[in-house]
Amino acid sequence: MKYIVVLLLGLLTGVALFAVGLTYNPFVGKPALSPLAVTDSRTVMLSYSAVAADAIMYTNDGESRVDPLPEKVQQLWEAPIRQSSAMVTVLRDGRSQVAGVGVKVSSAAESTRLLKGKALLDSIWYVYLPGQGSFFVEQSENYWDYLRDIVIPAYRHSGGTWKGTWLGNITDGPETLGMARVVGGSGEFAGMEMLGVETLSVGAWRVEDGPLAAEGQLIIELPSISAEVGAEMDSFPDDN
Amino acid sequence: MAAAAGVLYAVPVVDQYREVSLVSVAPNGGSREAFHINIPVDRVMTGAAGQNSSLPIGLEWPKDEVLSNVSIEIFKVRNAQNTVIGVAARALEKENDADLIDWVIHLPARGSLFVGIEPQSLEGGRRIGKLRAGSQEFDDLTGFVTERWVSDTSGGDDAPLGRIELLATYVGNSNSFEDQEAESLE
Repeated sequence: MKYIVVLLLGLLTGVALFAVGLTYNPFVGKPALSPLAVTDSRTVMLSYSAVAADAIMYTNDGESRVDPLPEKVQQLWEAPIRQSSAMVTVLRDGRSQVAGVGVKVSSAAESTRLLKGKALLDSIWYVYLPGQGSFFVEQSENYWDYLRDIVIPAYRHSGGTWKGTWLGNITDGPETLGMARVVGGSGEFAGMEMLGVETLSVGAWRVEDGPLAAEGQLIIELPSISAEVGAEMDSFPDDN
Repeated sequence: MAAAAGVLYAVPVVDQYREVSLVSVAPNGGSREAFHINIPVDRVMTGAAGQNSSLPIGLEWPKDEVLSNVSIEIFKVRNAQNTVIGVAARALEKENDADLIDWVIHLPARGSLFVGIEPQSLEGGRRIGKLRAGSQEFDDLTGFVTERWVSDTSGGDDAPLGRIELLATYVGNSNSFEDQEAESLE
């Protein structure tokens, strides 16, 4: 009997040590600095409230932490879309003026690998900016740092709340340097292939409700003029 | 510790439920997949300025002038066997007195499609648009998508009012797409 107890205690201790090691593994995670923070190209910066209650519409399976909004919106309860969420939100420019509307749909990604510090979502944005045009963003989002720095501390806190200042780049591919792929639709963006990054800034998070104070930002790098000129130059026939 | 690592390595953390993809071969090459949306049961949201009744109840579309010419609809998307397999958004915008229609279709575990639809209706009430981008399974594909409203004629008590049919034709690369488009015009 005592050998079984010792075995169970050993297993539990091992699992606990493994969980601690996994959570605080210094070799996983990514720097918070966005690759576009140092770009010379022109960028479009759009911000939105990452608190679901501020969205025009937010829905999920109805059993997740964040409640759908409005209350009577259809929930995504069917098996193939149960691990998905959809949000429609106002997008604001750098002066906090309404710039357009964004639709975000995300799903838990099967490529999630906690051993490698990847807690992934596959997500897309459809963005329409009146007077400018529309574009589509495709990205993987990695919430590992978010879980480690905000969610786990909130669970450990007696009140189930985390407060602080957290800024992180959640985009994790599929493009180079872990950036998102952005494809222009109409208007000024028509035909453009661009790169983008989504960042989150969180001030408060509660176990029952999720984010209480949080803002997201979409940063889209427009093709540089020099690159366009270069492409035109490349298309000229050779003199000889 | 090794056992815990082994379990975490071997057991997937996320395992999405998958319906079988119902893709058929198109007559002139490529492949074809039909989606549809039953109206009103699959309509999750209709947002537009000045609408008399909101869907869902309680939805408040922003009153800002900037968003006065935009409408966004969110739907659940079904496959040819009438099973919900994804979520789609349809955006209708008016720019310089011309309508712009965009669709994004998200199919969990498969990928997403971004489609720009030409506003002019063709024969049979169809509108056609180009597949502008895709992700994951649809990453390298080009092609086109048609949308069409089909009224229900069954007369059943539980029957929907009708459905929006989306027929996607996937082609491997942009050259093939141009060929296909030319053939379909002929």
